[in-house]
Amino acid sequence: MMLLAFLTQTIRIAMPYLFASAGGVLSERSGLIALGLEGYMLTGAFCAALGSYYGHTPWAGVAAGVAGGAAFALLYALCSIRYKADQVVVGVAINLLAVGLTRFFLRFIFGSSSNSPRVPGFSVAETGSGFLALTHNPLIWLGASSIPIVAWVLYRTPFGLRIRAVGEHPGAALSVGVPVERVRWLAVTLSGAIAGMGGVYLALDQQQFSDQMTAGRGFIALAAIIFGRWDPRRIGLACLLFAAAETFQIRLQGISRIPTQFIEMIPYVLTIIALAGVVGRAVPPAALGKADE
Amino acid sequence: MLPPIVALLIAALVGDVLIITYGQSPGAVYRLLLEGTWGNAYGLGQVLYKTTTLTFTGLSVAIGLRAGLFNIGAESQLAAGGFLAAIIGTWLPAGLPSVLALPVFILAAAIGGGAVGGAAGVLKARWGAHEVITTIMLNFIVLALLNYLVVAHFKVFDTLHTSDIRTGALPRLSDMMAMFHGSAANVVLFLALAAVAVAWWYLFRSRAGYELRATGLQPQAAEYGGVNVPRVWWQAMLISGAVAGVGGLNFVLGYKHYYEDGFATGAGFLGIAVALVGRNNPVGVVVAALLFATLSQGGLAVNALVPKQMVEVLQAVVIIAVATSVPEVRRVLRSVRKDRAA
Repeated sequence: MMLLAFLTQTIRIAMPYLFASAGGVLSERSGLIALGLEGYMLTGAFCAALGSYYGHTPWAGVAAGVAGGAAFALLYALCSIRYKADQVVVGVAINLLAVGLTRFFLRFIFGSSSNSPRVPGFSVAETGSGFLALTHNPLIWLGASSIPIVAWVLYRTPFGLRIRAVGEHPGAALSVGVPVERVRWLAVTLSGAIAGMGGVYLALDQQQFSDQMTAGRGFIALAAIIFGRWDPRRIGLACLLFAAAETFQIRLQGISRIPTQFIEMIPYVLTIIALAGVVGRAVPPAALGKADE
Repeated sequence: MLPPIVALLIAALVGDVLIITYGQSPGAVYRLLLEGTWGNAYGLGQVLYKTTTLTFTGLSVAIGLRAGLFNIGAESQLAAGGFLAAIIGTWLPAGLPSVLALPVFILAAAIGGGAVGGAAGVLKARWGAHEVITTIMLNFIVLALLNYLVVAHFKVFDTLHTSDIRTGALPRLSDMMAMFHGSAANVVLFLALAAVAVAWWYLFRSRAGYELRATGLQPQAAEYGGVNVPRVWWQAMLISGAVAGVGGLNFVLGYKHYYEDGFATGAGFLGIAVALVGRNNPVGVVVAALLFATLSQGGLAVNALVPKQMVEVLQAVVIIAVATSVPEVRRVLRSVRKDRAA
């Protein structure tokens, strides 16, 4: 029973990471750094609360959240693909913009600086907290399938081949007639939509939006992408590993002598170790960050 | 100079839209923003206080960018510098004159920030780990570590800050000019201006600075010219981190006289904006720091009319607009020149 409860909690915690990193890997494999994942998620979460509140059904929230994440990704694509702006700068700014805009509209629409009112969602309260209850939350199914679907798209479809081609060698792709910019626009927009679902999951699980509720999860997802060496299967495992560490920490609170801050560091430390090539080499897509050439 | 002006116009336009959305008049909001910052001495003092921190983090990012390195970790470097200085300050003998204490504090803050920046530099120079990712990851790691150290070992009961430093507190501007009364502006501002001068000399007049800029422009060419590129990388990150670290003194020596969890929040990301708008030029950094400090403080001033978060939106829009308009304006200018030549 202990194990099942542990597994249940791990899966719940892993959901936002799975969505965000599934989106992020599409962007990164097409050559665009996914620094804005945190921003896509936060916008997704806010729009989900908004949609669910006014649409009176969580599905309206899902649609709005996906649209919100995609809209922010479109802004990123516009700046970095169309206008060749520095991806790192724009990525950082996208996150700041998401924090600012969600706070502004939180006050404008809901008149609060901390959280939205309660909205319809798929929360533990409605579906129960057990392992079987997981199956009643459609977002869990979506999240669990996000990584396999992205893996299938990347490795088994012509579109995925094109994404990988423009991320490795845009010049070669262009020379055989691949519309490099269009593929990148699509990959980035999709990444925003899927990462937005990570925020949707959070908002509908907690049945409200609260200020900065993504709390750095977008960066953990980015860490999972790098730790997973840009391969969806490994990324999925990395998400589960990070989530398990978090669950472990929550379960052991009060009993464990390891301070929580050290458990929090695990994803980041592992990412640095992976990036430094201590255990095998983490090689990013060759054209990552170079859309301006 | 054109791109920053274009960017400011775009930001003002977005600001107008938000203000009108909120049912207020842009003119009234902008007037209030100016009155609350440059219109009175207290506001100006607060702007100068924020300018000081942003000058340090902006310089930090600019030095990195001149070497071709993107330091996203200024926030944790600032925090680490402030933390180490504050801890050293609680150990120094109480009677130590400020003249002797100040160099110790500067060194401590530089070591704190430099260690974090230098770690990213070594990871890049030795193992090729990209500094953008490692500095982001180090932000989380270092801030968690500092949080642990404060909570578990150094905090004053029931707070999230350390005990006061025993010596070396620096005077506020209000001690000299009464009109600044109540504002946090302090003489670390002059330390920031000195850092700007030193950074300018280092970048544009010293041999090491020349090698740093050569590496930033074209590492292969620099290598061919005899520059030890990996060494430039780790040294640049070390210096970049150290500069951000010294910025911690603004809070620790000039304002609160202790380290408090979260004092650095946001200053690193704004440092990127400051370096970007200041075109990675030390003097430009000061101007840009003034701009972003004015916006930060201005947000508090207009809060009665529109949510202060509007200012966060404007800051992000300025960053995006500058990043986007710089290459675009350059391209337009180039094509205009080409037309003329033809």
